[in-house]
Amino acid sequence: MPADLRLEKLRKEYASPENASSGGPERATVVAVDDVSLEVEKGALVTLLGPSGCGKTTLLRMIAGFEEPTSGRVYFGDRRVDELAPNVRDTAMVFQSYAIFPHLNVYENVAFGLRMHGVGKSELTERVGQVLELVGLTTMAKRAPSQLSGGQQQRVALARCIVMQPKLLLFDEPLSNLDAKLREQMRVEIRDLQQRLGITSVYVTHDQIEAMAMSDVVVVMNAGRVEQVGGPREIYARPVSRFVADFIGDANFLPGVLLDARTVRIAGATLTLADPCQERPGANVAVVARPEAMNLARATDQDERAAGTLSGTVRRTAFLGTIARYMVEVEGLPDLQVDVASPAETGLLAPGTHVSLAPGALHALADA
Amino acid sequence: MLRRAWQELRIIARDPILLALIVAIMAALVVFVVWPLARVLVTAFQAPDGSFSLANFELLGQRRLYRNALRNSLVVGGLVGLVGVAIGYIAAFVLTRTNVPFKRVLHTLVMLPIISPPFAGAISILFLFGFNGLVTRQLLGLTNFSIYGMHGVVLSQVFTFAPIAYLNLRGVLAGLNPTLEDAALNVGASRWQVFWRVIFPLSLPGVASAFLVVLIESMADFGNPLVLGGAAFPMLATQAYLEITGSFNLARGAMLAGVLLLPSITAFAIQRYYLAKRQYVTVTGKPTASTSKIVSPGAKWLLYAVVVAFAVVVIAFYAVILLGALTRVWGFDYTPDLRHFRYVFAVGWETVKDTLVVAVLTTPVSGLLGMLIAFIVVRKRFPGRASLEFMSILNFAVPGTVAGIGYILAFNGPPLILTGTLAILVLNFVFRYVPVGIQSGIAVLRQIDPAIEEAAQNLGANAITTFRRITLPLIAPAFFSGLVFAFVRAMTAISAAIFLVSANWNLMTVQILNEVGSGRLGVAAAYSIVLLAIVLVAFGVINLIVGRGAEDATSVRF
Ligand SMILES: Nc1ncnc2c1ncn2[C@@H]1O[C@H](COP(=O)(O)OP(=O)(O)O)[C@@H](O)[C@H]1O
Ligand SMILES: [Mg+2]
Repeated sequence: MPADLRLEKLRKEYASPENASSGGPERATVVAVDDVSLEVEKGALVTLLGPSGCGKTTLLRMIAGFEEPTSGRVYFGDRRVDELAPNVRDTAMVFQSYAIFPHLNVYENVAFGLRMHGVGKSELTERVGQVLELVGLTTMAKRAPSQLSGGQQQRVALARCIVMQPKLLLFDEPLSNLDAKLREQMRVEIRDLQQRLGITSVYVTHDQIEAMAMSDVVVVMNAGRVEQVGGPREIYARPVSRFVADFIGDANFLPGVLLDARTVRIAGATLTLADPCQERPGANVAVVARPEAMNLARATDQDERAAGTLSGTVRRTAFLGTIARYMVEVEGLPDLQVDVASPAETGLLAPGTHVSLAPGALHALADA
Repeated sequence: MLRRAWQELRIIARDPILLALIVAIMAALVVFVVWPLARVLVTAFQAPDGSFSLANFELLGQRRLYRNALRNSLVVGGLVGLVGVAIGYIAAFVLTRTNVPFKRVLHTLVMLPIISPPFAGAISILFLFGFNGLVTRQLLGLTNFSIYGMHGVVLSQVFTFAPIAYLNLRGVLAGLNPTLEDAALNVGASRWQVFWRVIFPLSLPGVASAFLVVLIESMADFGNPLVLGGAAFPMLATQAYLEITGSFNLARGAMLAGVLLLPSITAFAIQRYYLAKRQYVTVTGKPTASTSKIVSPGAKWLLYAVVVAFAVVVIAFYAVILLGALTRVWGFDYTPDLRHFRYVFAVGWETVKDTLVVAVLTTPVSGLLGMLIAFIVVRKRFPGRASLEFMSILNFAVPGTVAGIGYILAFNGPPLILTGTLAILVLNFVFRYVPVGIQSGIAVLRQIDPAIEEAAQNLGANAITTFRRITLPLIAPAFFSGLVFAFVRAMTAISAAIFLVSANWNLMTVQILNEVGSGRLGVAAAYSIVLLAIVLVAFGVINLIVGRGAEDATSVRF
């Protein structure tokens, strides 16, 4: 069975604004989406994750049909759709600004798409009723959009989409206008609904935590290209590039030399990698060390340095509630960020303290 | 370039109804806007045998009459522009930036001349200062005073067009951020300095723009010069009319129209492409209506007196028209009498009906077309979009006289013969008055999140359904103003219409001019009152039909 959504070398170029007038044969263009290929399985939620301006929205809009690809193809199942107008594509999109019809009440907003498809009166009433129930807006059916809170408007936008039972549900940063608490709550609600209804979804966000929390598959994008595709745990534990490692969570990059597939020498210490590295022994590598995966202890003078540890000095200390964040200086390395959980119980280390560090979950990247 | 055009065309073609619509609008604009204009220019540059010739224009140098007409039009336009803008600026300043009593009433009064026939003032002036004028003859007993000539035309045009300047400047002054005043006062500028160094320079582009608008209106005006110009004071628009209807000399009429077109187009281009970019209206989203502190109480009341005086003149003029309509024979027998109204409803009823039919047909077509063109121009990408926009607002710059002459030249013969029909009037009005709707539609649309329309498409609506179900309700305020404008203009139009009326389809404005011409001022006044009443009723009706939706749409925050 073909994947529900398949992109084949999808590309979008915009005429670059500063060169628009010069008009030579080789007019400069901005490549917003650079030959992206992707497959999305039925029922999966895939996030497009990347910094602002990396082409996520453009990619999503090409799937919906609002932007014309410069080249490449879009398939829904085995049907090619990139030549179709947006209104016949059978996608439903939740817009960043919600784009609720301000002159229609909640009920009519949700019913709009069904009316466009000529759904009969009784079926329409039933489906709209069900969906309103599902998103908890039954009592607000007659309200005008201007009388709704941000979260409720968000639910209307969602209801308006799922009532269509679309082949593909598209989200463009749907939670970016909500406050932090509500964002977390809606994140869970959306994921819950999506899984219950089993609608294949593409979800755009620049928030890595959101991406991690919601996705079956994360697509990390950078400057129009796909950097990495994988499950949340995979891209966190085994980023393929410095960009991915840096963008997903916090990362220390330790310069080292590979000894064999599993061991690496960093600042005089021999450390073990969590997964094998394909580079040849002797190669320079950048080793990703997550701040929360480094075991930090007050150094004791008497014992020799244990194998697999680095020694350093605390330079700065910050208490962040759930964690303590230290800046640790280790000779021969850039300053390291180290996070220690539950500092309220274990106490803080003062600047100047000598410490030993045992980094875990190390992942080596070819040092380009 | 070509590749882009081709690609845009392919995308549009996915929505065949939209494509058909764009092609139809394009074609209509070419036929009903560009073609008549082209005919005027071609005719103006043609010798009788059809070859290219500048002979018509050489007449401009040879004949005193034409030279004078050109000079008079320019001088009157400049004068009316200066005085009109001065009054408009004072009224706008007083009514937006000071706290004075009766602002709403004054605003309404100042606006009243805009919704009446553009020569209502001229009729009043005849009643008051004419040969048998109440003031000149009855009160002062003058026998050798003549109102005809430059002073008469300027007086009645100032009355007619100062409100337009006011309307233009109101937005400019209301939009200036009041904290600028505070800031200037704060650094020690005197009130006088604040005005001349800060407020006036900031509103200068708006002032220049209002001046040009009034200049264009004045030069294009037809009714006032015809009533008050007199034979010794020729002006371009009326002279062109006389050439065509008096001596059937189409070529000379076209030449004069061409001469009229040049300053209009120039002023329009300056106003639109140069000044519009230099307007310092600061849109902040928060209410900026604050009271100005830069006028001393004395100055404030002096300026207020100017506005009140203008309002009093408006009241007096309309009162005189009403009285004139209810008086047996003005100047001789002031017995109250309804005979003029009886005449209008008996003899003139056909004309009233014709006028209503034309206006009622023009209004929705022009209103809808305006919104549709605004929608297409703002939201759709297709080859020729810029030319479509240009053609659709070109008529802003074309004086009515020119448009009227263009229509008789273009549609008097095959392939499309329309002279003498209802269609020629309606088509002329639709395409003349659609630009205002387009402009306000574009302005409103630019403030509406395009995602709302994309959402509709995404849910299965095609472009036309999206326009009908989503866009149109959202731009209801602009739609409303487009409708009102089209109706008012269709009811009060004269300069193009006078070339296009026929025995079968006559208009009230033309009839009013005829009555004035044959000295039946009472009947003319009665017609004017009926016309004004219809416009006011229509205001209410349109407001009722569309206004509610407009309120809903504006109360929603995005
Ligand atoms: N209509 C457009 N015209 C020109 N450039 C555009 C247009 N839309 C987006 N871009 C450019 O394409 C790139 C990707 O934009 P976008 O897809 O909106 O990024 P994201 O959603 O990831 O923030 C950006 O560099 C942006 O400036
Ligand atoms: Mg985006």
